[in-house]
Amino acid sequence: MRGDPGATTVLRPATPRQALDALRREPRALPLAGGTDLMVSWNAGLLGGRTVVDLSRLRSWAAIRSGRESVVVGALATHAALQESAVVRREFPLLVAACATIGAVQIQNRGTIGGNIANASPAGDTFPALAVYEPLIQAVSASGRRLIAFSEIFAGVKKTTLCPGELIESLELPFLRPKPSRQLFRKVGTRAAQAISKTVAAGLLWLDKKGTVAELRFALGSVAPTVRRLSAAERFLAGKRLDADSIAEACRLLEKDISPIDDIRSTRHYRLEVSKNLLRQFLEGR
Amino acid sequence: MIAFKVNGKKRVFKGAPFTRLIDVLREHLRLTGTKEGCGEGECGACTVLLDGEPVNSCLVPVCQVEGRTVETVEGLGSPEKLGVLQRCFLERGGAQCGICTPGMLMTAQAHLRRGGKSDDASIRQALAGNLCRCTGYRHIVEAVAEAARAEGKR
Repeated sequence: MRGDPGATTVLRPATPRQALDALRREPRALPLAGGTDLMVSWNAGLLGGRTVVDLSRLRSWAAIRSGRESVVVGALATHAALQESAVVRREFPLLVAACATIGAVQIQNRGTIGGNIANASPAGDTFPALAVYEPLIQAVSASGRRLIAFSEIFAGVKKTTLCPGELIESLELPFLRPKPSRQLFRKVGTRAAQAISKTVAAGLLWLDKKGTVAELRFALGSVAPTVRRLSAAERFLAGKRLDADSIAEACRLLEKDISPIDDIRSTRHYRLEVSKNLLRQFLEGR
Repeated sequence: MIAFKVNGKKRVFKGAPFTRLIDVLREHLRLTGTKEGCGEGECGACTVLLDGEPVNSCLVPVCQVEGRTVETVEGLGSPEKLGVLQRCFLERGGAQCGICTPGMLMTAQAHLRRGGKSDDASIRQALAGNLCRCTGYRHIVEAVAEAARAEGKR
């Protein structure tokens, strides 16, 4: 049974200050950005009686601003806007690729990066890309602001470490210098569009002149309650050459950092094998 | 009170601000060309253009449409004077049961308007958010390619 629009109070703040004051007064109110998740729950009748704070008038929060060493992406930037941004395309191609796999054009035109993070789906397709780019999240509330490392934002399935009344204002993504030697974004789902991921991967690799690993960053989504960096494999490979033995060991260590489950979309076994294959192919440079 | 434009006409909605755009279009403005399929943003049947871009009208509360422009299938043409895409869908057999057709037409319209390519892969990617359970898509893709060629000639 769908929600009753007549029973839903909507607040439409015109400024960030008004939005934060509204949430201070009603910390249980639901912030609404592009609505691609919230409206699905609302249509299913799950959010009846909740007050909604519509953030869509906060136009300044949709901006993408390029600086000397980073880009600041407003929380309300849509997945479509991120794909069209020249600086994001140049510096963060894995994020562009991730945004292009979310739903299809109708969802990309509405869904926002801030909403995507706040919704905290275990299958969020931008998260592996963000996990390897290591942005800082600017969170604001009526009582102040703080920076949250992306690695600290998720608390579990559909849960963040944001406090009641706190909103994501923007993300600052530092430019990668030097540029990585190799990079990967890959979503594995049933269909190219509209499918929720079985597993989704993003990787960055820096090799030094001798061909040893200077740094590896590899993240997987949909295979744990939250997106996971493969810390054990990353640490193991640092300073090593990529050969059959070291790659096999990295793939074995992958299991230390993820915990895939059987569910409606896939099985634990499939997710584990495909995740290992993605890591192996990336490290082999295929 | 929420004011916006639909197919070039000014409209005002005085009901609840969290009413879904699709319900405002169909039940209040009697523009029943837009269809509801899944009601959860998966199928694309309810696609309309919001400021020229395709969106699922089942996921848009009307409060977010204030001051903006909406285009529906009724804006593409009329039975007496079909739009190019509508004519091509008819000629190529791009519709069977018809539920997905208005959404297909609107997404295709946005693709053509932004100068999207008319090869098979580009059209299929543009229409990936619109599901059809009847046609197998082939005739839909051909209809959009045909419309792209026809528009190119103008």
